[in-house]
Amino acid sequence: MSRDSESRFDVLVIGGGPAGIAAAVRAAECGVRVGIVDDNPALGGQIWRTGLGNAHSDDAKRKMWSSRLPPEVMAFYGTRVFDQAAAGKLLAEDADGVRELCYANLVLATGARERFLPFPGWTLPNVMGAGGLQAMVKCGLPIRGKRVVIAGTGPLLLAVAAYLQKQGAEIAFICEPAGLVRYPGKISEGLRLKKALAGIPLATKCWPVAAHGAQALESVTISRAGKKENVSCDCLACGFHLVPNTELQALLGCRITGGYVQVDEFQQTSVSRIFCAGEPTGIGGVESALVEGEIAGLAAAGQAARARQLFGKRRKTRRFTTILDQAFRLRPELKHLPSAETIVCRCEDVSYSRLQEQQSWRAAKLHTRCGMGLCQGRICGPATEFLFGWKQDSVRPPIFPARVASMG
Amino acid sequence: MSTAAYDVVIVGAGIVGAACADEFTRRGMRVLVLDRDFVGSGATAAGMGHIVVMDDSEAQFALTRYSQQLWKSLRPQLPDDCEYEQCGTIWVAADEEELEEVRRKHAYYSQRGVPVTVLDPQALRQLEPNLRDGLSGGLLVEEDIVLYPPCAARFLMERARKCGAQIRLGVTVTHLGQGFVRLSDGAEITAGIVVNAAGAWAAELTGGIEVKKRKGHLVITDRYAGFLRHQLLELGYLKSAHSVASDSVAFNVQPRRTGQILIGSSRQYGAEHREVDQQILRRMLRRAQEYVPGLGALSAVRTWTGFRATTPDKLPLIGPSTGDKSLFLATGHEGLGITTSLATARILVDAITGAKPEILIEPYLPSRAAKESVHA
Amino acid sequence: MPDSNVNSVTLIVNGSPVNVLAGTTVAVAVAIAGRPCRTSVGGEPRGPLCGMGICFECRVSINGRSHCRSCQIVCEPGMEVKTDE
Repeated sequence: MSRDSESRFDVLVIGGGPAGIAAAVRAAECGVRVGIVDDNPALGGQIWRTGLGNAHSDDAKRKMWSSRLPPEVMAFYGTRVFDQAAAGKLLAEDADGVRELCYANLVLATGARERFLPFPGWTLPNVMGAGGLQAMVKCGLPIRGKRVVIAGTGPLLLAVAAYLQKQGAEIAFICEPAGLVRYPGKISEGLRLKKALAGIPLATKCWPVAAHGAQALESVTISRAGKKENVSCDCLACGFHLVPNTELQALLGCRITGGYVQVDEFQQTSVSRIFCAGEPTGIGGVESALVEGEIAGLAAAGQAARARQLFGKRRKTRRFTTILDQAFRLRPELKHLPSAETIVCRCEDVSYSRLQEQQSWRAAKLHTRCGMGLCQGRICGPATEFLFGWKQDSVRPPIFPARVASMG
Repeated sequence: MSTAAYDVVIVGAGIVGAACADEFTRRGMRVLVLDRDFVGSGATAAGMGHIVVMDDSEAQFALTRYSQQLWKSLRPQLPDDCEYEQCGTIWVAADEEELEEVRRKHAYYSQRGVPVTVLDPQALRQLEPNLRDGLSGGLLVEEDIVLYPPCAARFLMERARKCGAQIRLGVTVTHLGQGFVRLSDGAEITAGIVVNAAGAWAAELTGGIEVKKRKGHLVITDRYAGFLRHQLLELGYLKSAHSVASDSVAFNVQPRRTGQILIGSSRQYGAEHREVDQQILRRMLRRAQEYVPGLGALSAVRTWTGFRATTPDKLPLIGPSTGDKSLFLATGHEGLGITTSLATARILVDAITGAKPEILIEPYLPSRAAKESVHA
Repeated sequence: MPDSNVNSVTLIVNGSPVNVLAGTTVAVAVAIAGRPCRTSVGGEPRGPLCGMGICFECRVSINGRSHCRSCQIVCEPGMEVKTDE
């Protein structure tokens, strides 16, 4: 096996979303050697996904930040970190091989994923995450004239609805368990979206209870203020807030409390020289990710004083982070969505009733195969944590499936 | 016995404890099983589940062969999730010296009625096209089995429970022996017999027994149905498994019924932490790829470690402890706990009830290795 | 369907040509071809869920390489995609 390509960086950034780009930009300004790694075919992360180049609201900001990224910053696309070979050395895989990425300082900007909750029919094709459907449309999925139901909670839903409508989708319904009243919406942005979404039926105290279809989705039954109604649709976009991606942080030994990576004022984790920025430190959206990324990038490059100048700006965005978590807390009724036969672990097709007999995440894994599939519990883990209160066990390499040749 | 709360208290709900619980209850005894975690959560969860006949010694052969027969007779009752599959083992010979070992093994197994076939390089390639070219041959042991141990342990425990056994999980035992066990909350439970089936942790509960932890690593891949058909082991495995002093790896891969490939194996002494050891993992995976180059392109999904309960002479401790007549041991099974669990339970209970055993218990009695001061 | 004279790419999904705009991901091409990506362990058809390489529901075989996450791979001319590997 060859681990031919070994690269060394003063500052290595994992994740090419807003936080990662900001960190790389600011670190590079300090004249140090910077690398940035992302598993997508291009930088931008989820929120700044460019895909086929459709314009959207964050476009100007994205362009501005991307243009500040100097060519000296070495970018690795389609590359996924799966293990740590030794202290200061990560292993990453792309389509063709494995790389050793050596760093003096590391910035982890690994973003977040959607939380999915199982309900009957949620495994049908065309039932996707809200961010998931948006990503697919940005990557070319024709949506014009398609009837879409949007459901769940989280900061993405309204933005996704506005985006899809702009792309020509017919938004049949937006279902919100809580309701816009509790929607923080960053005030101005919220209002702007609300205006953009004028005319779309917005149902509060509403969530999907079943998706129907033979080979793919045909309709959705929603529960609306206690009553059930059937809505025909081509796509259901449904996510329940966000879950930070903290697997790499856990592998590297960074302290994680309440699901979030603990950082000091310089965004440094409990492990010296490992920094963290963006959603893994608290779900806070683009503004918060950017400023955290800037601070982390500067601090990682040894520019503490310059990093400090941004503390005030960060303080403002953090208020929003707190509001988000409170606003998007899950209603207990959502625990009763799955029926006995509903698949909870999609990789291994483990049903809800089989999990009900288990005492813990590890017991469930060993006795039912729940969480044993390729996603390594990234989808069913947060779901079972909500449904049963199970905590996932420790993280072991590889943190993403990797070729045997890459590992040994 | 009648004054005690239970006839038997078994400490440890791994495959050995579960098999014992099943056996004791089927002979009409009142059984309680205690475990600090859940059923099959220790070495049972970590092991490969290879039900294999081994021939390091006559005693090892007798126990593994007898136990394999017991597994075969249990097969009709095993639920589907035990993934029972009689895929057979192929011992792979890389050179002429190892081919000599193939012939020796062939003679040994044949004399004892175990169906085996010597494979020439061509036959080997036909059976396992993904093995590398240039191997010298192999020995096919047809009756070897693969199963999924946690579910097998659960099945045995459930069967015991239905026959009246009680099971308390999530409790920690701080003392066992002299007719009782004490839990971490101070509660004491009396028993006519206490069985220490705590695997690699047995010595922490019963002083003076020589059971050490021997760490192993395993890797499992995504599903690749038909990629391999038999459990494959290098004959050098024996050298590796016997090496007491140093860390070792050996080519040992297994096709799961799911189509996944389980890749082993490693052996380390003195490694008490559960973390994956990068060096040993790399050595293990490279060894496997030397034999099956195509493995390199497969996706590995998960890596884990576990601890085998090892004794100095590589035989388990089965039977009464040397210092305490009410205390029995069922531990020290090294890498063969899944294989020998059923036979262990059978001969242990035979010895306690005075039934005539199918095989002699003597080679496994803890007294064979008794040290001067036994038992804490 | 996208216009084939714009910047477009033709790839093969389960033996049939599919024409997509340059930059389209394989997961989208499979959806345009009207196929689920895979059949689950229990026999259900599955398509993309997360759209960002986390859920592995979109995996297909690409140019003979199995288990590729199609939502993170951009279509290339002549690519051979097989669903339900």
